Amino acid sequence: MLNTADKTMPILEEPSLVAQLQTGSHTAFETLVRVYGGRMLAVAQRMPSSESDAADAVQEAFASVFRAIRGFSGNSQLGTWLHRIVVNASLMKLRSRQRRNEQSIEPLLPTYLDDGHQARPATEWGESPHAAMQREETRALVRSAIDSLPDSHRTVLLLRDIEGLNTEEAAAALQIEPGAVKVRLHRARQALRTLLDEQIQLGKL
Amino acid sequence: MITCKELADFLADYVSNELRPEQLAEFERHMRVCPPCVAYLNTYRQTITLGKQAICCDDEKALHDIPEELVKAILAANSRRA
Repeated sequence: MLNTADKTMPILEEPSLVAQLQTGSHTAFETLVRVYGGRMLAVAQRMPSSESDAADAVQEAFASVFRAIRGFSGNSQLGTWLHRIVVNASLMKLRSRQRRNEQSIEPLLPTYLDDGHQARPATEWGESPHAAMQREETRALVRSAIDSLPDSHRTVLLLRDIEGLNTEEAAAALQIEPGAVKVRLHRARQALRTLLDEQIQLGKL
Repeated sequence: MITCKELADFLADYVSNELRPEQLAEFERHMRVCPPCVAYLNTYRQTITLGKQAICCDDEKALHDIPEELVKAILAANSRRA
């Protein structure tokens, strides 16, 4: 499995840091917060939540870390472990929040003629979007397209395609059936494709 | 032969190599004769890549970006628990 966490969190082989954390060292805890806190906040901010939710999720993640560090065996990377904790803390926030009236994803899904052919036949994008991704404004455009997906679909897309959870892990984290994860992921990708296709046809990507 | 609409249901399993051999054969049979579905598959794959690129690079930028007040709040809560 390609785990984004492994790429974005530093591979910090720090048995000594873990050992110090397990003794309850405040200095070690501060080091942990300063080294990993920024990336954990970035993960929380990607989840559909308000800015204060993201900060709260990071705080709660570190509270969980504090409670669980004694049981941390070192079988997984510290960064990967922290990543999972903040993903779960963010999802807890999401669940505790009253779900807003969500927009339907249907208008962003492809449509078909009665004979089953694509109603608007897809055309190739070529290489230009990938070159354009070197620019921050283009990346921001793609991020805002992801942000505009309905929460229930955006969350699955983030967990599966960005955070690197597999279908079963995402299903457990969201407390839904694996089949529902697969359907939502596919629809989220299709919807995002529609949004990006619009930008590409307009020459913005 | 399956239609474009039916083929779309197989896309996610195709990109994650989860189609059964007989499904894969049907999928590829359609793909050989349908350029719009080839284009759809290619752009579907590019969508996944672009999403990753948009967010991974954002992370690099945010590498050290944790507000000091959040650090302080986390450390203060930790001291209370200790």
